[in-house]
Amino acid sequence: MTTEPEVLLDVEGVEVHFPIKRGVFFDKTVGYVYAVDGMTLQIHRGETYGLVGESGCGKSTFGRALLRLEEPTAGSVTFGGVDVSTLKGEALRTTRRHMQMVFQDPLSSLDPRQTVESLLLEGMQAHGLAKDKKAAGARLRELLAAVGLPAAALRKYPHEFSGGQRQRIGIARALSVDPQLIVADEPVSALDVSVQAQVINLLEDVQEKFGLTYLVIAHDLAVVRHISDRVGVMYLGSLVEEADSDDLYATPLHPYTRALMSAVPIPDPLVEDRREQIILAGDLPSPANPPSGCRFHTRCPWRQEERCDTERPQLRVVEIDGVPASHRVACHFAEQIQSGEIQRHEVDPVAIDPSAATDVEAADAEVVPTQTFTVP
Amino acid sequence: MTTAAPAKTETLLAVRDLVVEFGGRGRPTFRAVDGVSFDVRPGQTVGLVGESGCGKSVTSLAIMGLLPKRGNKVAGSATYDGTDLLTLDDREMRDHRGRDIAMIFQDPLSSLNPVVSIGVQVAEVLQRHRGMKKSTAIAESRDLLDQVGIPDPARRLKEYPHQLSGGMRQRALIAMALACKPRLLIADEPTTALDVTIQAQILNLLKELVVDSGTALIMITHDLGVVAGLCDEVNVLYGGRIVETASRHEVFARPRHPYTTGLLGSIPRLDGSRSEQLAAIPGSVADNIPWTSGCAFAPRCSRALEVCRSEAPPLEQDPTAMEEHTLRCHNPNPAEGGEPA
Repeated sequence: MTTEPEVLLDVEGVEVHFPIKRGVFFDKTVGYVYAVDGMTLQIHRGETYGLVGESGCGKSTFGRALLRLEEPTAGSVTFGGVDVSTLKGEALRTTRRHMQMVFQDPLSSLDPRQTVESLLLEGMQAHGLAKDKKAAGARLRELLAAVGLPAAALRKYPHEFSGGQRQRIGIARALSVDPQLIVADEPVSALDVSVQAQVINLLEDVQEKFGLTYLVIAHDLAVVRHISDRVGVMYLGSLVEEADSDDLYATPLHPYTRALMSAVPIPDPLVEDRREQIILAGDLPSPANPPSGCRFHTRCPWRQEERCDTERPQLRVVEIDGVPASHRVACHFAEQIQSGEIQRHEVDPVAIDPSAATDVEAADAEVVPTQTFTVP
Repeated sequence: MTTAAPAKTETLLAVRDLVVEFGGRGRPTFRAVDGVSFDVRPGQTVGLVGESGCGKSVTSLAIMGLLPKRGNKVAGSATYDGTDLLTLDDREMRDHRGRDIAMIFQDPLSSLNPVVSIGVQVAEVLQRHRGMKKSTAIAESRDLLDQVGIPDPARRLKEYPHQLSGGMRQRALIAMALACKPRLLIADEPTTALDVTIQAQILNLLKELVVDSGTALIMITHDLGVVAGLCDEVNVLYGGRIVETASRHEVFARPRHPYTTGLLGSIPRLDGSRSEQLAAIPGSVADNIPWTSGCAFAPRCSRALEVCRSEAPPLEQDPTAMEEHTLRCHNPNPAEGGEPA
């Protein structure tokens, strides 16, 4: 913490815009889905960076764009001093050895017709790491031991394993080429609670053992908080807040982060009964037609006239006592909200319609229905 | 259950020794639900909690008579208002379903008809059970959509399921379930497919519903956080049997079954300390042993004794508890003097 940590991954203004095409012959582009819209962040060597956000906020697309599995339409990704976004062919392929990915659904990301041995060897062979058969064999057994699978697993096929074990295979495959960075996209959300904990613990263990850097992408705040050193909160394609994990949870500053945290159920009735929830009105706006100004202003209970609707806030350091400089937030009024100068107000849910965006009006329905249902 | 308190309020639904077996065609039968009993009183929210394969969904499908008839065996009873639902034929059951008992499912997209507009789908329930004419039913549907917090209900009536967001679809399903003001609502993982902020909206809606209308709710979920905020009584299921039952405060303050504590230890808490490792339960459901040869959880249990692998423990009242708290364990966690709520 005292010395300046080495930056392993430097992401600058990355955008991924998917064209929306219409027409049979001409493929006219009629608009764009702004999946990732200006992401800037740095990941230090050896740390775990957690990226949270709800479905459709672009977090997975961002993870894929880092590895160039999705072509960024703008911005740069620098990995260990090399600009990945301009690499081509062989250079890109060899760089990818150092950046591996663990996917959400282990069954669909493992080839059902390959044995575990061949799954694990494939990457090693592609990168010329399996020339010595004996050494490769030893490496495989070492990998399996590291992820807690028996050596007998090598000759089995993915369907013979349970969900948690499959995820272990996915992790072993990522580890097989000895990477520096692992991008884990929802690594535990497909698993049962008791197995989730096993995989989370495993991720922590292998990180320590192999000195890995993680980018963990997840929607579950509790999981992200547990595993990450630093956390970035994403909303509609860009970061709204970034801070050290403990800091973020102690003093969430962005209204969206506050709402997100208050919405996570806590397995303790005493806490649940007491805490105040911020229930957001309406749904996530379509990334094909993001709101002007602050992306969150349509649902924000602290929205102020004019400025929030027109000016898009940038990540900035706030001047609040006890909030360190590493805690950055993209909100015009973070200080006033924190001090209580600006109070929460009611928000009418806005009907979200990706196709007909112009006739959208705020309906006058209440956030929470107050009508009663009577029993006959 | 042995300790049924004498008539606190009348019981709305009493499930007794429910057994569901799948099998046939020469395959060995599989007992998905193995003697589940619980009561639901009006206005009460009862939670069925467990991981995949514990039989929680099958229990609800059996109560609703939605399991396929062929190849399954359903035994036991589910008495709703004096009638045993399990003995009704299809026609009689259809009269109850939707009118007295309604259900909402995990995936709203696959439980809505994709080629029929939302309005017609909601109105269908009203026409079938309340004998309304189509025009009145559509007008009533509009009010229902409004009640569940769908903005611009008049427009949404004419739309199709794919045009709605996930949270909106779940609201539409809730509107359908509420159309006949049922006295019992079964919610099978109603928020699992939704984002947390939308989950909070839906849970709030369900909470209000229970308070305002006195509808009883059976909440089926794997998420102990949801249970902590919503359920009056919690039943923890494992391998088709109830392993622990108590009020929500009791279960969270003094969990005594090793599986319940295991589940609690497995969840990273938003407000907990970050540094320590999670206390994961080793193994997976595949390691279970059948209840006939002991406790199904024994192979994964940290407190398993010799007797756990030879004899299935009975479901008994916890002698150290101040209130109703039943437990199926030979060697429960030591009772701590946790604050009895």
